[in-house]
Order: sequence, then structure tokens, then C-alpha cells
Amino acid sequence: MSILIDKNTRVMTQGITGKTGQFHTKMGKEYANGRTCYVAGVNPRKPGESYEGIPIFATVKEAKQQTGANVSVIYVPPPFAAAAIDEAVEADLDLVICITEGIPVRDMIRTKYKMQGKRTKLIGPNCPGLITPDEIKIGIMPGHIHKKGRIGVVSRSGTLTYEAVGQLMELGLGQSSCVGIGGDPVNGMKHIEVLKLFNDDPQTDAVIMVGEIGGSDEENAARWVKANMRKPVVGFIAGVTAPPGKRMGHAGAIISGGKGTAQEKLAVMEECGIKTTKNPGEMGKLLKSVLK
Amino acid sequence: MKIHEYQAKEILRKYGVATPRGIPCFSVDEAVKAARELGGKVWVVKAQIHAGGRGKGGGVKVAKSEGEVREWSGKILGMMLKTHQTGPEGQKVRRLLVEEGADIRKELYVGMVVDRGTQRVALMVSSEGGMDIEEVAAHTPEKIHTVFIDPGTGLKDTEADSLAAKIGVPPASVPQARAIFKGLYQAFGETDCSLAEINPLILTGDGKVVALDAKINFDDNAGFRHPEWQQLRDLDEEDPAEVEASKYDLNYIQLDGNIGCLVNGAGLAMATMDITKLYGGSPANFLDVGGGATTEKVTEAFKIMLRIPHLKAILVNIFGGIMKCDVIAAGVVAAARQVSLRVPLVVRLEGTNVDLGKKILADSGLPIISASNMADAGKKVVAAAGGAPKKAKPKSKARAKTRVKKKATRKPMKRKAAKKKGRR
Repeated sequence: MSILIDKNTRVMTQGITGKTGQFHTKMGKEYANGRTCYVAGVNPRKPGESYEGIPIFATVKEAKQQTGANVSVIYVPPPFAAAAIDEAVEADLDLVICITEGIPVRDMIRTKYKMQGKRTKLIGPNCPGLITPDEIKIGIMPGHIHKKGRIGVVSRSGTLTYEAVGQLMELGLGQSSCVGIGGDPVNGMKHIEVLKLFNDDPQTDAVIMVGEIGGSDEENAARWVKANMRKPVVGFIAGVTAPPGKRMGHAGAIISGGKGTAQEKLAVMEECGIKTTKNPGEMGKLLKSVLK
Repeated sequence: MKIHEYQAKEILRKYGVATPRGIPCFSVDEAVKAARELGGKVWVVKAQIHAGGRGKGGGVKVAKSEGEVREWSGKILGMMLKTHQTGPEGQKVRRLLVEEGADIRKELYVGMVVDRGTQRVALMVSSEGGMDIEEVAAHTPEKIHTVFIDPGTGLKDTEADSLAAKIGVPPASVPQARAIFKGLYQAFGETDCSLAEINPLILTGDGKVVALDAKINFDDNAGFRHPEWQQLRDLDEEDPAEVEASKYDLNYIQLDGNIGCLVNGAGLAMATMDITKLYGGSPANFLDVGGGATTEKVTEAFKIMLRIPHLKAILVNIFGGIMKCDVIAAGVVAAARQVSLRVPLVVRLEGTNVDLGKKILADSGLPIISASNMADAGKKVVAAAGGAPKKAKPKSKARAKTRVKKKATRKPMKRKAAKKKGRR
């Protein structure tokens, strides 16, 4: 097992004809079971065409009906990305992963509003995607740095996730699944929801939770961990040195009104039994130290 | 993106928010002329800078004659206005807003932001206007009333009226407050704000509800559908290094330290700053070169960092995913050859094509200090920058010093750079 995706997942790419969509669909297809997992592409202007042997459909609904795809990954440019999520939700997919960076917050508020009461889960936007090593990779992370194992990784940042994975690998620790939930303020699954899934996954023994300044998602997740989590969780929060009022790259990474500081998050996490480190070079070591 | 008060008021007026009449001015003569045009007996001369706290810093003055308008305009224009948001050196005032005076009976607060928890727009109001709302939130949170607006229905009349009543708007004036709250919500959505604030919103002696001040920040992600933002942008209010970086699509923020950081990815960039600090150093900047960095981008990033006068060392930290290490290495080598690298350079590469990248660096013959992992990189760059300071000086003083120094040397540096460009 693993969480959210595995070798039985069937994926469609929305925005398969763009440069980014093409590149990452190809990489995904070449990774582990990608050849059987990547089954469809969507572009309303190019139905009937194909890319790398993957058939392209006009709509998500049609792609689902024709191929049985249950998950979508979105590489559509920002002005149209929220509408692409809406379409995938309307088509009742299991999971939508939106890689696109730079979607206006107003668009995401509307999309999240429309998602109320729907079954579809959303990861992202502005995220690296997710990977279940040696089974399936959906997103822009480098597949080769991962290995199958029993550690879960959940993070708001892309390259910092790779950093955590790299440190685990140095210690010989593989991963069950790695989930990048993205750096936007209005997004899909939060740390807490991913932690719940890891908690219920028999193949995950422990979790690294990587957060950053802004918002209070990490605090909420930490309180949930204290009350419910049966597995050890360790954490790192990026941005101890970030000055208030400055947006640190990610739209969601900003300390405003004195809230969302790294210190505050780290304190709550520690209070809730999550071991934390202030040294981003020691995330792997810290995780290893809590393994039984 | 931030804009000036007078620009925010122009936007809000279009959405039915009442404001005092006012005219933006760029000189003393213009200010006097504006006062004449507005008429009346009392005017307010307001410094226009992007930072808040202008009144306390002496940037807002009431004038009771044309002579006083002239006097205050002369004093405020060109001053280095210091507020809690500008930093110790202050911000130069280049624009004024001259407004008709207002008869203030009560000062209220209205603010609007995106609430991450509910993933909705939050409307916050308070009876404690005219002061720092963060103070109110810290000391008397019960005086702040919030509604999380349903995106399907928008702000309801009943919600607006109830908020108005809670902050002491008299019944006869409630319809005006309602119109302002609803107008603000409409403006927030249609112009893609990330923050909109009216502080204070005032009740006048004759029962009018008026926005005496206004602040708007835009959601940078929505820039593609707002070409009009180009006109509203004031480059004088932005850090010159950040303006330069934005031309090359580099995500750059200037900080106070002396270790330059070049990183791919925002989270890793923040973590790199953190590890520098952890080992006793101090980051000079935040820089995320993104996933699609080219040799040109890397070169420009180096140029921008090397313009920092007190720069002691540079740390390049790359975890190559899509970004291949050999591409970054080639960029670093090309950049180091193009600009004269006057400080030690520590490079840490990991990920896709890492061996190829390391070989390119080694073969270049450049004096690059290579680091094997993030912790190693942090230690090495702090050592290269002269190590951790032996005893930390009082923070504020040390900060003020470097800031002043930076300001003083920035101009000649810039001229030099311009010359170089011209020659090429």
C-alpha cells in the first residue's frame, strides 16, 4: 500500500500538449509502472491526436469514460488552471493534482467553493505533485532520487521535499509516498489530511512533515497528531530568518499580522510531541532517531 | 503589489466608497494649487509612501491656511519619513495627497483579507479605528468582529448591517456603512486584492460614513489580467535590487546580512537562509532562481548579489530535479567569468546530473569551495565570510549601520554598473 496513488492508478494529463505537460508526462510514463498508468491527455482543441502513444480527448469526462482514468494532473497555464480543476471535479475523479504555479487567489476561492460536497480530492496548486516510489510518479519531482520504503513525506515546498528525501536516502531509508501539498494560501489537502492518510497506511512507519512560514496549517496538523497519530512525526519549518511582511516566493509564505512565524509553529509542534529541528540539514537524521 | 493611498481611494470611489475630495501632488506649488481648487478652510497634507504609520512619523499634517499648506508640503516633500514599517533609514517622500479636512466624530476600522482557514474572504471591523489593528487584536480581540464571506452569496445586507451596529454606527448611518462594506468586497474581488483596509473609516459630525484612509495590496498572481497595474506601480517605493531582479523573473528579496544565497525553489531558499543563520552567518538575500534558470538568469543573479557592498560570500545551493546540475554549474562558471567575483563562492550541488555538474566546476579552475551537503555548505559559507561574529552588537544599532552604509554606496555602484553595460 501507500497513500493516494499506486501502480493501479490511471492518470490523465490536462494540458498535455504544452511544453511542461509533455515533458513531465513523458517522465512519468518512463518511471516504474508509468507505461500502464498514464492513459489519457486532455486538450479541447486537439481531440483525436496523441502524444507518446497517449490518446488526447476534448474533455476530462470523455477521457475518464474512454480510458478509466481516475486521477488527473494539471499543467494548464495560470489563467485557465482553476477552470481545469473545476472540470476534473465535475467529472467526479478521485484525485486532482494541480502543478500550476501562479493561480490568482480569487480563482482558487471560487474553485474551492465549488468543490464543497464533492468527492474529488485536490493536491496543490503550486506543488511538485506526489510519488509512490517504484510504483508511480505524478508531478515534477526527480524520480531517481527516491526508493520504496516505509517513511512518509509531506511538504509545502518542492525542492525542500527533495532535500528531505535525499537525506533519507543517505541513511538508507526509502519512502512509502511523498506528497507536495503546495505553497499557495488557498489549496487542496493540508498537512493534517495527508497525515491522517499516513496514519492509516500500514506501510508507513513514520512521517517527515516539512512546513514553512505563513498560515496555521502546521499548528492544526500538530494538534491533530497529538490527539490521534499512532506513528512518530518529525518536522522542519522553513523561514526562521524570514522578515515579516515579505512574500518568500510562495504566495502562502508570508508572515502577516505577527502570525505564521516559524518559531510559533515549531513551538506548537514540539508541544504536540513532534520532534523538530532548526537545521534543514538534519531532517533525515532526526527521523532516523525516532524510529523504533 | 502595493499602491499608494490616493490610488487606493480612486479605486474604492469607483465602487461607491465615500472618501474626502483630494488631489495627488508632486510639488509644493501643486499642493497649494490643489488646496485652492478644493476650497474650504482646512486641508490635510498627507505623505504618500507605501509604508503605514505615516501620521506618527510626521507625514500627515493639518493645514488651516494656504500658507500652512505651503509650509507643510515643503517640509514633507523630500523628507525621509520613518515609520515602524520603513526600517531605520526611512523612505523618501516624493508624492503628496492634499485633501479637504474632515469633521471626525468617531474612528472605526475596516479590513479585508483572504482567510486561509476558511478559504474565504474575511471582513473584519472594529470600533477601534485609527490605531494599529494588530495592537487591538493583541489587547482587546473582543473589539474585532469578523464575517467570512460566502463566495456564493457575497456579503449579505444582514451581515453588513449587523457588523455596522456592532461597531457603533448609528442606525441612520447604517445604510452608508453597508454600501461601503459591500463596495469594498466587490472591489476586493474585481481588482484582485490580497488586502484592503480602511483605517480609519470615520463617522462625521453630520452622520456621514467616510473612508479617511485606504490601503490596497494586489495579488501578484493576478497581474496577467490587470494591465492597468503597470500605471499604478511606483518603482521608487521598491528596493532597487528587487526591481532589477524582477526584470529577469528572479524571485529576490533584499535582506540585511552579508552572505548571498542563490537557490532553486522557495522552500529550499528559505531553508538555506536559515542554515546560514544557524551556523552564525547572516543571509544577504532570498533568491529562488526557479526551475527554468538559464545561464543568463544565473549571471544576472550574481550581478545583483555582487552589488551588495558589504557582501562577504556567496552560497549556491541547488537540488536539481528538473533543473539539471550541469546546467547550473555551467551557469555559475559563466557568471563567475563574466563578473569579477570578489568574494568566496561555496557551491553545493545535488540531484540530477550531479557528477557532471561537479566536474564542470572542478575543470573551470575557478576558486570554488565545494560542499557535500546542506550542513557542510552552511558551515563552509559562514567560515568563508569570516566566521560567526565574536560578540553580537546591539541588534538595532548594527542594523542601522549597515543600512545606512548600503544606502550611501548604492548610487555610485549603480552608476558603475550602468557604465559597464553601456560599454558592452
